[in-house]
Amino acid sequence: MRPSSRATRKEPDITQPEFWRWKEYTWKSENGLAPDAVLTGGIDVGSVSSQAVVLADRQLYAFANLRTGADSSESSVRAMNAALDGTGLKLADIRYVVGSGYGRVNVPFAHKTITEITCHARGVNYLNPAVRTILDMGGQDFKANRCDAQGKVTQFLMNDKCAAGTGRSIEVIAQLIGIPITEVGPLSMTVETDPAPISSTCVIFAKSEVIDLLRRGWSKPEVLAAYFGALARRVSALIQRLGVAKEFAISGGIAKNIGVVTRIERELGVKAVSLGGTDPQIAGAIGAALLAHGLFAQSRSR
Amino acid sequence: MLTVGLDVGAESIKAVVLGDSGIAGYAVLEGQFELRKTCEEALSLALGRANASASDVSGLLSTGVGNKEAGYGDRAVTEVVADARGAVWLCPGARTAIDVGSEQARAIRCDGTGKVVSYGKNDKCAAGVGAFVEAMARALEIRIEDVGKLSLQSDRDISLDSNCVVFAETEVVSLIHARTSKADITRAIGDSIARRISSMVHRLGVEEQVIFFGGVAKNIGVVERLKHHLGKSIVVPEEPQIVTALGAALIARDQKGT
Repeated sequence: MRPSSRATRKEPDITQPEFWRWKEYTWKSENGLAPDAVLTGGIDVGSVSSQAVVLADRQLYAFANLRTGADSSESSVRAMNAALDGTGLKLADIRYVVGSGYGRVNVPFAHKTITEITCHARGVNYLNPAVRTILDMGGQDFKANRCDAQGKVTQFLMNDKCAAGTGRSIEVIAQLIGIPITEVGPLSMTVETDPAPISSTCVIFAKSEVIDLLRRGWSKPEVLAAYFGALARRVSALIQRLGVAKEFAISGGIAKNIGVVTRIERELGVKAVSLGGTDPQIAGAIGAALLAHGLFAQSRSR
Repeated sequence: MLTVGLDVGAESIKAVVLGDSGIAGYAVLEGQFELRKTCEEALSLALGRANASASDVSGLLSTGVGNKEAGYGDRAVTEVVADARGAVWLCPGARTAIDVGSEQARAIRCDGTGKVVSYGKNDKCAAGVGAFVEAMARALEIRIEDVGKLSLQSDRDISLDSNCVVFAETEVVSLIHARTSKADITRAIGDSIARRISSMVHRLGVEEQVIFFGGVAKNIGVVERLKHHLGKSIVVPEEPQIVTALGAALIARDQKGT
């Protein structure tokens, strides 16, 4: 039977640390800025995180990766301000901005909005042009995309109805077992052999199952391995419906979780290629800024 | 003759003692850390209320998601079969039985003898079962018993767009921040679960009379919204949680040949 969810029904303990919370951060290029450089911006306002990227002549110049607040318009402004902070640049210096992601219609300074599907493919293509299959693993959805050599999407499938397999579900489990979100992946790799995956699909039921496994004496690494095993299976099923063409890459926040990435690779029998060391979570915003560059050039030539 | 039905659910354990003139006693107990022990307690409580003892029982059948783990797996009947039998016994005109518990929802078309004609169920997703209402009550910081009553104070149609409990939690928090009244939110919660139950029932085809039971049927808000979405009247038994256990007790009696 499905184990009791009784233990999850306790009142939330507000004194408990926020294990799900990941660190917001910004990055700036150390290279100087050419005086005639064309600056374009990309904003990817996701359901959980928001990224702002500034490109100078199509080269990564600055970016910020923050948590999305209750107001997506405000979150986009905050992200762009964070990216510009310390660069000496103002928003007015950015010639063209493309907004993307779940909250893209609420980016007040965007010249145009483009879906995150298009932007992720474009961004991943920029980071590694050999990629033809992209798994974008976000906070509240995951998408499988096939793209061509130019980074144009040829096919895609997505899940956005159910939290199973999303970043949000990993936050829920991290919080439940009290391990910081950045450590759950590595910790799951410390088991010698993976136990059978968690049997519940629904995150709510999986929480009960996890509590029951812990009560039976399973270690936290074992539980995480079982959880990520189930997650990898679910996500891989979506990719397999499209078929995996090489090279295969994972973008989005979960691409930083070694426990999930390794198990997806195992499930698919394909290694995920590197995106050159750039944070895979900003691929969408990079794509948006690249598209912004193209749109700006177009508007100039008219 | 006395027979007993024991329904070991995901959240609560129900025991019904059936005598010659109907239900002689019943018990509903929460808790399952010691499943077997709670079952035994429920059984002795129900027998006590029927002024009977274990030696008077000529047949026992168990059902529910936990009956095997509790050690009653050798004398078992499926929930769907028990649902139909109990529903038609309580309400002889019932042809559509809807049972929504904490982790499973079932819709059953049945005939006049209480046999299953066809059925559908959801046990994969917490949206559309009692766990959804519990999670929402927690987000709203109100008691689960109050969700239904509170929802009746609202006549405003706001909808929850999320199909997933995890996402709906976030949505409810945003509604609270936007100062939507708790009454309006509870109405949206009842409507959301009723819509999911209704689509499960519609896949089978709705034949009157409709009877609705299981723990979620205690939520008057869900009942009202379900009436709306099905466009039919709905019978809710006085004690909606014991119908499946009652069905098991009835089948136990059938098997004894009376």
